[in-house]
Amino acid sequence: MSKRLDGKVALVTGGTSGIGAGSVRRLVAEGARVAFTGSNAEAAAKICAETGASFHPSRVEDPAGWPPLMADIVKRYGRLDIAFANAGIEAGDGSIESITFEAWNRLLSVNMTGVMLTAQAAVKTMRNNPGGPTGSIILNSSMNAYRPMGNFIAYSTAKMALIAIGKSVALHCASSGTKIRCNTIHPGVVETDMIRGVINRAPDPKAARAQFEGMAPMKRMAQVDEVAGLVVFLASDEAAFVSGSEYGMDGATTAGMMGV
Amino acid sequence: MKRLEGRVALITGAMRGIGLAIAERYLEEGARVVLADLAQPAADEVRVTLARLGSGASYLQLDVAQEAAWVAAEKSLRSTHGRLDILVNNAGIDCTGAIESLEYSAWRRIMSINVDGVFLGTKTFTHLLGESGKTTKCGSSIINMSSIMGLVGLSEASAYNAGKGAVRLFTKAVALEYAKKGTPIRVNSIHPGFVKTPLLEIGMQKWADRGIAASAKELIDGLAASTPNGRLAEPSEIAGVAFFLASDDSSYCTGAEFVVDGGWTAQ
Repeated sequence: MSKRLDGKVALVTGGTSGIGAGSVRRLVAEGARVAFTGSNAEAAAKICAETGASFHPSRVEDPAGWPPLMADIVKRYGRLDIAFANAGIEAGDGSIESITFEAWNRLLSVNMTGVMLTAQAAVKTMRNNPGGPTGSIILNSSMNAYRPMGNFIAYSTAKMALIAIGKSVALHCASSGTKIRCNTIHPGVVETDMIRGVINRAPDPKAARAQFEGMAPMKRMAQVDEVAGLVVFLASDEAAFVSGSEYGMDGATTAGMMGV
Repeated sequence: MKRLEGRVALITGAMRGIGLAIAERYLEEGARVVLADLAQPAADEVRVTLARLGSGASYLQLDVAQEAAWVAAEKSLRSTHGRLDILVNNAGIDCTGAIESLEYSAWRRIMSINVDGVFLGTKTFTHLLGESGKTTKCGSSIINMSSIMGLVGLSEASAYNAGKGAVRLFTKAVALEYAKKGTPIRVNSIHPGFVKTPLLEIGMQKWADRGIAASAKELIDGLAASTPNGRLAEPSEIAGVAFFLASDDSSYCTGAEFVVDGGWTAQ
């Protein structure tokens, strides 16, 4: 495989499982040196041993955690070229009738404010890159930004908000003369360990799998490496003119009306 | 490793601008590329371009607005390559002017190339693309060249807007159709912003000739200034997205739109 990201340094938040872990592996395979955050130290140790990436047990929603994290990355790698704001949670979400005030605030603090803080820290660091202010910031939104779910109100709201964050960051970075880009990605249902767990714990795993696969007109779920491939493209210099965009990857789920 | 080894691509409007840049990118990745355009096969520009591109490239004369030309192209691809993995419906013209002054014939002409051409290419090659798609990991890929003008309106560009908007939704409908039938063809649209192409330069010259600005350069500089990142795209930067959409990395992308505009539509 060609090394499209040779010499680049990447940060992946929520890098210990699912799309984040897959992206850490893929970014390393494409030649980047990678730092990642997350909450599962055991899983993190395995990924570090496998890939040579560095683990930083920092929480995206904690503003005080960002300056030391960025100082650590710069000290270790000398720069930051790629930030993949991927960390997200779903636990405690519900419908407008069932969600609690506390759950709403917790979900938005991680899924929305945490992403803003990631982008803020990334822009600050990328501005000081040796050779000039360059970089690619990628926000992991979801197809649910376009098709909110009735039983995931906080998740849906946050994912839609990421579009505005992405465009605002892109416009600011462009108009202030930097070569820092920012885009959102919008995956459909991805076959992560978490989704596999949901399927396997269902009363009828086969039926549960068929239900997840049937959500996309393409009749299958996305694989983690497919999403990582999109992250790599947006991270690479080949996407130098792509900024403020929303890139979908959902097997045609949002191309039409859902369920029709 | 070259990532399009063994794949065959057909690109319309491939003799210049974005189409040519895509051809160059695909050839770099090991694909065999059929460049389609209006020039005579014996024309000097064709000979020179093919000599430069090397043995992976070949040329096919194709007027995208003519159904018979597409049918002949399909026969030719079947006999020479036996497959088609990537179809880039890129050929396009512009048409600008105040609505009350647009000739109906000019409207028909842009629709026949920018819209009929995409329909005819997609329809004619569905079977061959579907057969080839069964043999690759990511299936076959149709890439339709829309524009940011397929997303937002521009004064005195109504015909171009209408055509590019049509391409955007045609792409989604066909993507759904293939996905639901299990036909292994993905369909996506690319939406470039302002790109340094002959089409843009000629179009701006026409506006300058009408007295809208002192020169084409003044208009082009204005477009660069109106783009958030302050410049026009190089054709190769559109080719990068066209390569992603042709590659295995985009195997779950279908029915989606890929904007490459330096932040223009984010404003």
